Amino acid sequence: MQHTLSVLVENKPGVLTRVTSLFARRGFNIDSLAVGVTEDLTLSRITLVVSAEDIPLEQITKQLHKLINVIKIQDLDPDSMIDRELVLFKVNAVPDRRHEVIEIANVFRAKIVDVGKNCLTIEATGTADKLAAMEDLLRAYGIKELARTGKIALARGSRDS
Amino acid sequence: MSERITGASALVRALEIEGVDVLFGYPGGVALPVFDALYHSEKVRTILPRHEQGAVHAADGYARVTGKPGVALTTSGPGATNTITGLANAFMDSIPMVVITAQVATHVIGTDAFQESDMTGITMPITKHNYLVTQAADLPEVLKEAFHIATTGRPGPVLIDLPVDVSKGEFDWYYPETVSLPGYKPTYKGHAKQVKQAAQMITKARKPLLYVGGGVISSNAANEIKELAELMQLPVTTTMLGKGAFPEDHHLWIGMPGMHGAKYTNYSITETDLLIGVGVRFDDRVTGKLSTFASKAKVIHIDIDPAEIGKNKAVDVPIVGDARGILGAITAELRKMGSEPRTDAWMRAIDDWRNRFPLHYAKEEGVLYPQLVVERIDALTRDREVVLTTEVGQNQMWACQYFKLRGPRMWATSGGLGTMGYGFPAALGCAAGRPDALVVNVAGDGSIQMNIQEMATAKLNDLPVKNVILNNGYLGMVRQWQELFYGKRYASSVLDRDCPDFVKLAEAYGCFGIRVTSPDELDAALTAAFEFDGPAIVDCRVVEEECVWPMVAPGGSIDEMLGGVPGGPVSEMLDDDLIEEVWE
Repeated sequence: MQHTLSVLVENKPGVLTRVTSLFARRGFNIDSLAVGVTEDLTLSRITLVVSAEDIPLEQITKQLHKLINVIKIQDLDPDSMIDRELVLFKVNAVPDRRHEVIEIANVFRAKIVDVGKNCLTIEATGTADKLAAMEDLLRAYGIKELARTGKIALARGSRDS
Repeated sequence: MSERITGASALVRALEIEGVDVLFGYPGGVALPVFDALYHSEKVRTILPRHEQGAVHAADGYARVTGKPGVALTTSGPGATNTITGLANAFMDSIPMVVITAQVATHVIGTDAFQESDMTGITMPITKHNYLVTQAADLPEVLKEAFHIATTGRPGPVLIDLPVDVSKGEFDWYYPETVSLPGYKPTYKGHAKQVKQAAQMITKARKPLLYVGGGVISSNAANEIKELAELMQLPVTTTMLGKGAFPEDHHLWIGMPGMHGAKYTNYSITETDLLIGVGVRFDDRVTGKLSTFASKAKVIHIDIDPAEIGKNKAVDVPIVGDARGILGAITAELRKMGSEPRTDAWMRAIDDWRNRFPLHYAKEEGVLYPQLVVERIDALTRDREVVLTTEVGQNQMWACQYFKLRGPRMWATSGGLGTMGYGFPAALGCAAGRPDALVVNVAGDGSIQMNIQEMATAKLNDLPVKNVILNNGYLGMVRQWQELFYGKRYASSVLDRDCPDFVKLAEAYGCFGIRVTSPDELDAALTAAFEFDGPAIVDCRVVEEECVWPMVAPGGSIDEMLGGVPGGPVSEMLDDDLIEEVWE
């Protein structure tokens, strides 16, 4: 089962390696990863998506807690979290079909961020499901390149709930 | 008034502030600034081993007997990578150490410079924490944190990688009073409700059993174990790392559990209705097949590391915190409740097993048995303070079975990692930490050769360790497994008892060497070695193909043991079905 872990860490060199190596050691793949500094510049938040059974995941979570630089870990509840990814699509768009691609982007509330002679670059944010649906539609036109961030997420509601 | 100081001098000053009196160090190019600073220290005694692995094991042995963190220092590259086994060993056994490896200069890190190796990268999974110091001014904080992390919570080794330009760099000296580690706050005090629940379960249990491990040694809780055990008349089994946490001549002590535990110990675990694990991690060498381990019991697990709770065995009452305080609280709660011991029948059952299945060996006339050698070491040193160390293999198991430890912190053996070559250098550390005690290393002829070079260290630093080699001409434990599970095909396990000549080897180092070929010569040889003013080797030519009994086959249930029945030939004890299971 897929878990979204939100790991608050000290913003120091090597911390990401310490965290990810605990997964690698057990042969678990990290499906998605995003790291960035938080409102407190000494802290970073690592958002990890992993597929793991509950028992090994509980052991990994405990081991993560033991890392000196890890401050807090949340296994986010999918029903009460806000999660987003950002994708850049570079899509084939010859002039006479360009409007179709733009229309798809509009439907998904995505932005056109670059226009070339025969292609468009679209910036889209949303949940993984929404972005997958959009990718599916764009594939018909030919996706030349694609880059996506890892998922970022926060628990819903007040900060300490 | 601030004082300018180099990184190297700051390191030495910090070691002095942290109370380090002995350091095991091996120099090399980029470590020279630090060694130069050590040259001037009057408080830190630097002991030069003959191999960096020796330095780290010695620091480990020092830590086990003194309770203080062991410190080792090496150069970069090969000097640093030679610390790996020692770090992994200390990490597995939760031994507090601070290991400092010198590093190439910061501006060439990552260029494959001469004698460069990525030590923080390599040691990440085998240290409690590690640091790469990038500027001299960070050193005081790093050192303060390193000693704090190594010695608090669940102890462990911390590595500091120190580039040469950092040790030469200058800064205004300071030393922090406290550490700021927002992500590191070990729990010490046990949860009151769980303590109460544990006390109630102990009161109700008819067949309770204390299962005591290395955490009780780390927490200095031997007195608290004794108090609790005696109050409620609880039988106590101590694991290999927990040895010494309970008096081994006490009626309530029922030996070591697990693969080479006594039959009566393992039967007790199988039958107990309340297993009270304290500072243990339900290691596979103790539990055997997990599904049948203490399967009739409720389980209380006391440990300072929350990650150990429920890791291998489901727990009914977990108590996270320091064993000493928690045991004291449980005992106080039991007193308050007016609980009475009710283990008479249980102890009678255990004693019955103990009488029927004692640890034993053949004892044929005129044969020098390895077990006898260990028994005589014990008997001949009864009136002295003795620290015992072991190598790994059959020698270690016989030492566990036949030597009665006198108390906590008088024992150093490699548990989790099972490091051959650990015992002798660790013994040097023990001798440095306990100059008042007789330090004896029980060794095999295989493992002693893994760090035999330390004979020079022993000789030249006045560390009079007595190596007693159970010389059977084999890698004995490997041979035993090959005998039992590989059709007696002794692939690469045959050594040669005469090569090297250990007596001449001892003499070559200017030490005392003596050979024992029959039981008649044993006491005199051991006594001569123990009386000799300096390091010694006693080369005991023991019976060659002796096995350690009883034995739980790997993966088997601990109550299904091979051997261990007095008078019963071992071959009849081999259960074919069980051996089949090993292969499934």
